[in-house]
Amino acid sequence: MAKTETQGYLMQAIDATIQFGGLRAVDSVNMNITAGTIVALIGPNGAGKTTFFNLLTGIYTPTEGEILFEGRSVSGKKSHVIADWGISRTFQNIRLFKNMTALENVMVGRHVRTSSGPFAATFRTPSFKREEKQIQEDSERWLEFVGLIEHANDLASSLPYGAQRRLEIARALATEPKLICLDEPAAGMNESESADLDELILRIRDELGITVFLIEHDMKVVMNLAEYIYVLDFGKLIAEGVPAEIQSNPAVIAAYLGEGGAEALVEERRKKKAAERGEEYKPLDTHGAPAGTMAEAVQTSDTAAAAPATAVMDSDGVVMVAADENKGE
Amino acid sequence: MTKKNTSTNTTASMEDAAVKGKGSAAETLFGGKAKPMFTGKLSPVKMALVGLLMVVLLLLPIYLQGMGEVLLLASFVLIGLYILLALGLNIIIGYAGMLDFGRMAFYAVGAYAAMILAIPLANLMGDNLSQFAFPFVLIGSGIVAAFVGYLLSLPVMRLRGDYLAIVTLGFGEIVRITIQNNPFNITNGLLGLPRSGDVLPWPPFFEWLRENVVLVMGNEFYFTVTRNVYWYYMILLVLIIAIIVVRRQDNSRLGRSWAAMREDEVAATAMGVNVTKAKTWAFVLGAFWGGAAGACFGFFQGSVSPEPFTFLNSVIVLAIVVIGGMGSIPGVLLGGVIIMGFPELVRWFAMNHLGGGGGDIGGQVANMRNLLLGLFMVIMMAVRTEGIIPMKPKLHKLYGKGKFGGTDGAADKAAEAAPSSKGGAN
Repeated sequence: MAKTETQGYLMQAIDATIQFGGLRAVDSVNMNITAGTIVALIGPNGAGKTTFFNLLTGIYTPTEGEILFEGRSVSGKKSHVIADWGISRTFQNIRLFKNMTALENVMVGRHVRTSSGPFAATFRTPSFKREEKQIQEDSERWLEFVGLIEHANDLASSLPYGAQRRLEIARALATEPKLICLDEPAAGMNESESADLDELILRIRDELGITVFLIEHDMKVVMNLAEYIYVLDFGKLIAEGVPAEIQSNPAVIAAYLGEGGAEALVEERRKKKAAERGEEYKPLDTHGAPAGTMAEAVQTSDTAAAAPATAVMDSDGVVMVAADENKGE
Repeated sequence: MTKKNTSTNTTASMEDAAVKGKGSAAETLFGGKAKPMFTGKLSPVKMALVGLLMVVLLLLPIYLQGMGEVLLLASFVLIGLYILLALGLNIIIGYAGMLDFGRMAFYAVGAYAAMILAIPLANLMGDNLSQFAFPFVLIGSGIVAAFVGYLLSLPVMRLRGDYLAIVTLGFGEIVRITIQNNPFNITNGLLGLPRSGDVLPWPPFFEWLRENVVLVMGNEFYFTVTRNVYWYYMILLVLIIAIIVVRRQDNSRLGRSWAAMREDEVAATAMGVNVTKAKTWAFVLGAFWGGAAGACFGFFQGSVSPEPFTFLNSVIVLAIVVIGGMGSIPGVLLGGVIIMGFPELVRWFAMNHLGGGGGDIGGQVANMRNLLLGLFMVIMMAVRTEGIIPMKPKLHKLYGKGKFGGTDGAADKAAEAAPSSKGGAN
């Protein structure tokens, strides 16, 4: 593909599809990511978000369509080549090198930007020594960036959970990526940890100018950070837009709450209200009504008290789906 | 590992003021709690221990010869050769995390390559210089074995775990059986090399040493450099070089890529490690030391035949690495001494001090040595799965702040300061 076709996008997915047997885990996804933005990919469990990341980073090869990074197709390229091009990632279930120290973990990330081989190592050539020193210094800087320099010589597996997530980010940053893909960075984090993470992600974009592409279930993180959101469901892209658009998108609400989920929610509220007022509950005739109305109805409800466990209201009165603790996809 | 680390941290922070900077001799001696050691540097205590060990190793042949236990030296040579083999295997298993059951293949290739290379090379170098053929043969055999390692790495690149073990196991047997069958009349089948009429060149300085170096103390103690003594020192020298080289390769960019691959292959490639390249280098460098050991073995014996290159011996090398501690050079050294030395020692003791012979107690204990070794291995694997001396994480002295993160209490302070470390799950 020629560079002119990228239209200034850093990453483009063109009908990207991967088929596992009869299952189209990612189905004709089109996506454009502009350099310097923070973009989120959301969707219910099993929607194909991580699979899309795996396509992007060369773990899988698209069966149809293409993913372009700076105009070059990543299809069929090995992961380390793609890392060299400038796509780095973290993993949903933390994949640190557990028996290595934090510093060594980050030093592995420098691999792709350095070159010394076994002979230089055997004879400890001056250029080898210089490069080793440079690798360590750079890695220390990345540890400092994520606030883990004090843990440099601790085993990765001995770090607290939140620190492990940040270490994974430091390791990814050490490859000097242009695009960093974060797979559920806030999963399992408490309030203050995820607030720190928000700040870190903003710093990655603002201070380093690295484009951030994240999968996240924590809607607070997504709505705080993302400038543009893509929503996947059953492998298909069902919506895209700025956060405000996504929040009110009926298809997204349906995907998260299930078909008719919004109706059920409204029904529940009406029942409760009716009970409070002592009136007889009259079912609302929802059939045939446009889904948009339902979503609006949800938004205009006054209290979250009656919301089912899967949905919560935030202060803006937007229906949110609670962060899913279930990590398996 | 994790538990150990945490406890060190807590103790360190409790005794922070008392310990920092000073560190009494006792503390340095017992695990160096006060001053953690960085990888690549030896603490004074360790340095002294290594020095002491070297002196003992250097004087051992003189003592043994004085005691008349010359044959035991041959066992030490064998131990050294197996340690060399295990060092090579340690690159593949310990560093790169790939199972290899075919160590003897490279040993055999090295031994045969040495036999094939030595005679023409010695002829080429002439009578006076032929003794210096051995170093070239040693390196040449290593390179030949490394090339075979490269060839083996091509088909097995996509295999891991059990499947890799099966293929390497098969490869080891294929090499042995091929050698037995004398392809193209190269290996001389079961008769082995060198062929009758050919003579291996002497190793360097052997003739001179044998005739000239005689240590005399009084009248009853004298020291001659016999074949066993010579090879004892030669293997010791090769081992020291091998340890230095392997250590350097481990503490490098390549070593890190091996470790990353061993820990998590998917994450390693995603971080830009070319796994194919790292695996190939592991096979090539691991095979090199196998080949070098083979060359030493061939020269030490003066001839090679297919018998010693059996699957059982491959497993013994594997056991040295696993029981000693995968990825740990001290572990491999100790493992080699125990696994190889134990049966030899039992045999030597039984034969010399329990009365030798097939029928009596000595012979029976000697025959039970492999059984005892098996029992020892079972106990080891039940009690201490990570090996006798497990691999240590590589610690670096930080450039940025001149600080040592993690083990001197700084980590605890950091944990208090950084809110994000609080209340982390796990």
